[in-house]
Amino acid sequence: MHSLPPGAILMLGAPLLPFLLEGAAARLPAPADPELRAPAPSASAARDSSLELFGQTLVPIRIDRLALVWGHVFHIAAMLGALYALRVDDRVQQTAAPIYAGSAIAAAFAGDLLTLFVYWELTAVSSVFLVWAGRSLFGERSLRAGMRYLIIQVTSGVLLLAGAVMHVADSGSLAFDHLGLVSPGTTLIFLAFGMKACFPLLHNWLQDAYPESTPSGTVFLSAFSTKLAIYALARGFAGTECLIWIGAIMTAFPIFFAVIENDLRRVLAYSLNNQLGFMVVGIGVGTELALNGTAAHAFAHILYKGLLFMSMGAVLMRTGTIKASELGGLHKSMPWTTVFCIVGALSISAMPLFSGFTTKSMIITAVGDHHLLWVFLVLVFASAGVVDHSGIKVPFFTFFAHDSGRRVKEAPLEMLIAMGITAALCVAIGIFPAPLYRILPYDIEYHAYTGGHVVGQLQLLFFAAMAFAILFRSGLYPPEVRSRNLDSDWLYRKLAPAMLRPVVAGCGAIDGAWRSARAAVATRGGALIARVCGPRGFLGGAWTTGGAVVWISVVLLGFLLAYYRH
Amino acid sequence: MNHGEPGFFEDPARIRKIVIALYVLCGLLAAAGLLVHWHAHFDFEAWPAFYGIYGFLGYSFIVFSAKGLRKLIKRPEDYYDA
Repeated sequence: MHSLPPGAILMLGAPLLPFLLEGAAARLPAPADPELRAPAPSASAARDSSLELFGQTLVPIRIDRLALVWGHVFHIAAMLGALYALRVDDRVQQTAAPIYAGSAIAAAFAGDLLTLFVYWELTAVSSVFLVWAGRSLFGERSLRAGMRYLIIQVTSGVLLLAGAVMHVADSGSLAFDHLGLVSPGTTLIFLAFGMKACFPLLHNWLQDAYPESTPSGTVFLSAFSTKLAIYALARGFAGTECLIWIGAIMTAFPIFFAVIENDLRRVLAYSLNNQLGFMVVGIGVGTELALNGTAAHAFAHILYKGLLFMSMGAVLMRTGTIKASELGGLHKSMPWTTVFCIVGALSISAMPLFSGFTTKSMIITAVGDHHLLWVFLVLVFASAGVVDHSGIKVPFFTFFAHDSGRRVKEAPLEMLIAMGITAALCVAIGIFPAPLYRILPYDIEYHAYTGGHVVGQLQLLFFAAMAFAILFRSGLYPPEVRSRNLDSDWLYRKLAPAMLRPVVAGCGAIDGAWRSARAAVATRGGALIARVCGPRGFLGGAWTTGGAVVWISVVLLGFLLAYYRH
Repeated sequence: MNHGEPGFFEDPARIRKIVIALYVLCGLLAAAGLLVHWHAHFDFEAWPAFYGIYGFLGYSFIVFSAKGLRKLIKRPEDYYDA
């Protein structure tokens, strides 16, 4: 058991699942790795296992407190996702999802860069099948979005490998510990992590691909890839100052896009991006409190973001659409889903007594402790943005606002149970954060529930809600309309093809000219050869006997003259 | 586009009551800001309604600038498919 990587059961068991479930809908939750149920060891008692390969030490399993936070929550997310997807009768998704979850878990416990690379790529290759599974709902669109997703994810892996090779050449070590931005190699690794963590301008694969998956596929997707990248940044680049600014930008820019986005799962994808920003800021600050905040926020975020995607997935499944412009009034048909969605919305908005409050406040406090005034103001501003897109927009326009007239069935039982457990965890972390605080990487004292915190956060939330009420009732709030908003994917979906078109046309013209020149040479050469060597040609034609005698005489004369000289 | 009886959350009188309750709550929270002990990192945090006013202005700024952004980046739904 000791040498089996965490996540191996999920990965190895996945190909067997479709056979076990032959002819029936999936009824088994993904098995959890028993090793991880053991109590968390302290950092000093980290358990490693290592082996030698080509003179390098590989550490396929490194278990310490930082990795364990992600190990725990990845297992919980895999189980809840499997429960939510219990009725999915699609072998591709049944196989891809556990492999994806298992490889993300194994990646979090990778102790060297090569092992990390292998699982990093495996998450990419397995998860793309979840995007492609969306073809049953969105057809061709999902296939193309999946291809773009795959290219970007694999590019991230290639950058990681290239960076790791350069780093080994520099430092002689493959170990995946603190790296820092110290060499071209570690900079490439930083970029690889940044692509997966949705740094600004590297972010758009997320909003492009996640909304094109199936209801359960998006629930799985939302949990693993980006949070694995956050883990990798926390492990390799804690305290890297530029991350503070990168993270601050990440918290702010997606909120503007989220306000005007019509696809509600795309709104959640922008919101996911914004939440990653808070974690990246925490990594950049790099103090024990900040890193604890990042780990805790990742833990809470996986749950409430999963819950929000679950509720929107249930709406998509029941109504056949997820466009805000076509929804509304669903609280009458789907009351339980409404309640669970609101729990997710309150959690992400960091409402006291809900999970986001006890985790995000650690990061903001750490920023305050560092007296980073502008970053602090950006984070509080971005928190007001969260209230809008995830706190108000998603539940309000789906379940309330104007009645769309849709009367559908409540979500199926297994989905309600999955949402119910996730919602209960969100509330539990909000009310009793101590157990979560205990498994964080560092033992430090932190109290979320101070008078100032609670009143400040409640003011922020309710004044923002008041602003919404005033703007919405006066008609100033932008209406939900069918649209497609441009983002950085425009660069590679429209601009690059448009710019490449003349280049391709130019290359085509040059190629065509070269080919026709060659063809002309070949035609002319062929004609010449035919003329000379053909049946009537000088060389190929039949000669008269006399003519032949004359030529033979000439040749003999030549020989004679040549040998006569000697 | 209502169908049949207005629902619990669709009655205009009730909506008005909910909104008024929200305003009252905001007033109470601003008052609570006077009483509470702020562990402020920055001086402005200790202003009684800093978070409220900042949240209100921030929220409004987001909404209005997003409306401007929409003018810039909104395209037909089948923009990439066409």
